[in-house]
Amino acid sequence: MTAVSEQTGAWLELFTNQLPAPAWLAPLKNAAFARFSELGFPTTKNEEWRFTNVAPIARTKFAAGRQGVKAAKFAKGPIQLAFANGHLVSRPESLPKGLEAGSILDDSAAAMQHLGKHAGFDENAFVALNTAMLADAAFVRVARGAVIEEPIEIFFLTTGTSQATAVHPRVLVVVGADAHCTIVERYVGTGEGVYFNNAVTEIVAGDRAVVDHYKVQQETVNAFHISTLQANLGQSATFASHSISLGGALVRNDANTTLSEGSDATLNGLYIVNGTQHIDNHTKIDHAMPHGTSHEVYKGILDGKSHAVFNGKIIVRKDAQKTDSKQTNKNLVLSDNAVVDTKPELQIWADDVRCTHGATIGQLDGEAMFYLQSRGIGKREARSLLTYAFAQDIVDRVKVPALRDSLEKMLFEKFHEHDQ
Amino acid sequence: MALLEIKDLHATVGDREILRGINLTVNAGEVHAIMGPNGSGKSTLAQVLAGRELYAVTEGSITYDGKDLLELSPEDRAREGVFLAFQYPVEIPGVSNMYFLKAALNTIRKHRGMEEYDAMDFLNVVRDKMKIMKMDQTLLNRPVNAGFSGGEKKRNEIFQMAVLEPKLAVLDETDSGLDIDALRIVSAGVNAMRAPERAMIVVTHYQRLLNEIVPDYVHVLAEGKIVKSGGKELALELEAEGYADLYDETEAVSRV
Repeated sequence: MTAVSEQTGAWLELFTNQLPAPAWLAPLKNAAFARFSELGFPTTKNEEWRFTNVAPIARTKFAAGRQGVKAAKFAKGPIQLAFANGHLVSRPESLPKGLEAGSILDDSAAAMQHLGKHAGFDENAFVALNTAMLADAAFVRVARGAVIEEPIEIFFLTTGTSQATAVHPRVLVVVGADAHCTIVERYVGTGEGVYFNNAVTEIVAGDRAVVDHYKVQQETVNAFHISTLQANLGQSATFASHSISLGGALVRNDANTTLSEGSDATLNGLYIVNGTQHIDNHTKIDHAMPHGTSHEVYKGILDGKSHAVFNGKIIVRKDAQKTDSKQTNKNLVLSDNAVVDTKPELQIWADDVRCTHGATIGQLDGEAMFYLQSRGIGKREARSLLTYAFAQDIVDRVKVPALRDSLEKMLFEKFHEHDQ
Repeated sequence: MALLEIKDLHATVGDREILRGINLTVNAGEVHAIMGPNGSGKSTLAQVLAGRELYAVTEGSITYDGKDLLELSPEDRAREGVFLAFQYPVEIPGVSNMYFLKAALNTIRKHRGMEEYDAMDFLNVVRDKMKIMKMDQTLLNRPVNAGFSGGEKKRNEIFQMAVLEPKLAVLDETDSGLDIDALRIVSAGVNAMRAPERAMIVVTHYQRLLNEIVPDYVHVLAEGKIVKSGGKELALELEAEGYADLYDETEAVSRV
């Protein structure tokens, strides 16, 4: 208990020093902080955190994110919300019909209905902390039946300075029945200092809605990045999450989705780590109702002394007959010192279901290397080429052309820079 | 000076010796066929020439174009003009044929002090060569060998050879898995590449390929050694009599 109160005590100051919250929000924040104080930061004794030690976060004293940073230069998408160190700094000037994209403070009635209702904080201290520290949040609402063609980009810029700062990005997306939209979350860091991004995204998809969600994480090498995505799907809704993790010293992503009858969920991920980076992807697909389908492909590329964790939980509840679920985790290990821990976790309570899973950890194919070299391609370039090829099929699944192009470019540079 | 001179070459995989003293001289402009039963070391010789690290050369030397070939990495051998057409071409999902071949060609051109090709130059070069191999141009956008039929893979090997224009081409069982029509297309591609400055080593188990690609010399490999050499008529003799006699003449002692 002593340890817990020591860790959470530092946060009490930050919590109490916040600007007063609107009356509708204060009770939620207070409850969340109370829960955070009880839970404390998880330790590796907690099965969910067995391979990820968050002590470096727990023992750091953070300040609140600094105001006054301009993120305007990053604004390039036509529909974009930009946050700098947690503060909303730019929003779209005009929006297509059927779309709201702004702050939760714009529409408290709608926000109240959903905020904190999907990403619960009973079990997860980081979600509790995020909710307790919530000052502003991105709020996207798509009206029933509206089809928004243009991707909606939510941009989080965080600056690392000499004083370690903590930022708690929050996104709420509410998609009406039969509506379609694409959400792109980008996390970019600058500066040399340590910072902590503790993000939570809640997505509610109405019946038959189609939602594509992309998260591209390019934090600095000194950053802590913890995130939770919770997507709750209506009947026959289609949801796809693509999580691309490139940066960060210590990264943990939880991507959770709960399906209704006939919903379809795709969870794809790509993580590329080097040096002493640690990346942990925990996914949870909850088939609560019958006739749901889910597909999951996570791929990782590890170099240096990096450590990757993948834990893929699939729950098929008693009523969820005729569930069809497939999970794959593939890891390409480029060095002798990188470590991968991968674990499928299937809990199946229904009897008429199809669930498959597979995990691989391997090195570059020696025959393919020789084939490329025998055509004059140097060993280093052959290595880059094969590594790039390994990542390619996740990038190919990105349906936003501009994002796909920028990812291709980024990966290409990453593997070539790696050669130097 | 010979283009290729192999002297007393011994090579092992693990602790098993596969090549046991190969001697072979190949001059520019010549086509040499290497025949022999399964397990005689034909493919090992082809792979050793290309620099496969799986095999360790324990004795002997290979001089290629005045250089010690064994000192060169596989990529440097390719840049110096050595080409191996693989018996089992490797599938590389995620890398397009176009990207792969353009990268290979430009690396080799750069090594030869020539200007690198841009995408348009490259397409112009490959278009004609694809026609010779009766290959569809959409194949350039497909991943290297992935999902290709056996015949398509072999045609792709010879197509690569035509684009990279090697000085020494080693064809490892290029006929295996081909029907007669595919065999003719592949052979026509190979024959179109015959030139006074280029040598070829054609490794095959069967004589039928040598009806199409007529060699200047035929060598028979058995148990890691060349046991018989002759002109193109040797291939026909072997076809009629088989390989069985060879063992009796040369390796009776070691086989006991």
